Amino acid sequence: MTLTNEYIQAQLQEKFGEQVGSFETPYGMLTFEAPKDINLKVLNFLYDEPTLQFRFLTDLTAVHYPDQPGRELAVVYHLHNLSANVRIRFKVFTNIQTPDVYTATGLFAAANWMERETYDFFGVNFVGHPNLKRILNVDEMDYFPLRKEYPLEDQTRIDKDDAMFGRG
Amino acid sequence: MKDQHIKLPQGSIEKTTTTLNLGPTHPATHGVMQNILELDGERVVSTEQTIGYIHRAFEKLAERRPLYQITTLTDRLNYCSSPINNMGWHLTCEKLLGVQTPKRVDYLRVIIMELARISDHLICNSIVGVDAGAYTGFLYVMQYRELIYEIYEEVCGARLTTNMGRIGGFERNFSNTAFEKIEKFLKEYPEVLKEFEDLFIRNRIFMDRTQGTGGISAERALNYGFTGPNLRAAGVDYDLRVHQPYSSYEDFQFNIPVGNTGDNYDRWLVRQREMWESLSIIEQAYRKVQDFKGKDAEVYHADAPAYYLPEKADVYTKMEALIYHFKIVMGETEIPKGEVYQAVEGGNGELGFYLISDGGRTPYRLHFRRPCFVYYQAYEELIKGSMLSDAIMTMSSLNLIAGELDA
Repeated sequence: MTLTNEYIQAQLQEKFGEQVGSFETPYGMLTFEAPKDINLKVLNFLYDEPTLQFRFLTDLTAVHYPDQPGRELAVVYHLHNLSANVRIRFKVFTNIQTPDVYTATGLFAAANWMERETYDFFGVNFVGHPNLKRILNVDEMDYFPLRKEYPLEDQTRIDKDDAMFGRG
Repeated sequence: MKDQHIKLPQGSIEKTTTTLNLGPTHPATHGVMQNILELDGERVVSTEQTIGYIHRAFEKLAERRPLYQITTLTDRLNYCSSPINNMGWHLTCEKLLGVQTPKRVDYLRVIIMELARISDHLICNSIVGVDAGAYTGFLYVMQYRELIYEIYEEVCGARLTTNMGRIGGFERNFSNTAFEKIEKFLKEYPEVLKEFEDLFIRNRIFMDRTQGTGGISAERALNYGFTGPNLRAAGVDYDLRVHQPYSSYEDFQFNIPVGNTGDNYDRWLVRQREMWESLSIIEQAYRKVQDFKGKDAEVYHADAPAYYLPEKADVYTKMEALIYHFKIVMGETEIPKGEVYQAVEGGNGELGFYLISDGGRTPYRLHFRRPCFVYYQAYEELIKGSMLSDAIMTMSSLNLIAGELDA
């Protein structure tokens, strides 16, 4: 039997009922979301269920949506079932005041650095992570640079006297 | 101890292990990365990797740039095979925008991507040799990497950070010189590769140095998110060119070499075998390109006027071309709303682009899935308990590229 998006969706809905939702298939990849307190249950289910077997964590990152109060940060998992060659995308939304999400390091060793990177840039606090500290930025940094409130430098600014770079 | 002048850190006398900083600027790390090793004699007890020395915030920069300006950022990820990154980025954009590329463009891209794969593997494998004390092979193959760079130069004008191609195709058709150089490469390279291989493959010293060091089981490799040659060396035949063909890879006949033990020797062998396969793919693609006759042989880009720059002559004479030219150059092309994940088989694994567009002119969010960032975290497990010299071999045989590690 081939593993279809409809089948995965049905399995998830049967197991978690109303809790999983927002099913979409942008460009063919099944995408859905679940509340953040059951993210490990969903990942475990996808990992262990004999017909699903999503055992390869391709990617883990976050997205910041400042215009969605209470759902500002989305943690995005890309999972891959290598034998059936099917990919899915799983999202967990969290508010920005208490961005606590359970860590997936218990399931995937690969999640370790991916979560550190996500913490580094978005400040998502992965609860239970063995070594949650910055990875690419300096340790002294006190903000999370990929959040939308930090714009890049305005290219038209004139207050800088920097003849070497064509300003001032 | 009253009259001791040298102040030693507390606990340093009782400590039985040695701390060694390997990097960030050490010739054997082949890139700016630091490893803090705890050594018991010459055995590695534990290690901590520090990365981020050349972090350039590409994901943040990308949020302010129109799509075509992001190509230059992808160059600087895995700079040993920048064309693959460029093509991967173009494929991502084309998927989002719904641009269909003609077959000839696909085949030309395949030629370039496979050349890039060869130059990437060539560097990695010869550097493994250098770290084992064999400099000859490295110097010998460099002239053929040079030839590959000359082909890039002929196609796009640049050698290392290529910024090659456009959304929908190439900026210009391949010149005759480019084809001549590809022909020259196909003719001369097999002999060189064979000789390079013979220097190492059954070399007793090289085998003793690499076999049984830095090994990983298939299960652990998958759990660590290994992809590319490193995963295949552990025995998993996962290759994106076959599993999710892009750029018409389904039209080509080739094998996926797999290893068994996942150790340094197997990684070296898998890369070596892949170069032969790449060579065969280039040959097939070259023949396919030669089969296009007449007008078809002039096709080098898709018909996507909203995203592909028009001919300069048309810009001066046609109103429509002028409008498109202006919109593209000024970055005023609206991109459709959407969410795309596109991955290509890069030099060292699955290079993924996760692009979210909110319908503006720039990506809302762009994330690079960099293969060596994902698998470098396994380094500690790979070298625990091994000799320091094996740890260095393991690092070079993982094919770590600092630019990709740090994005």
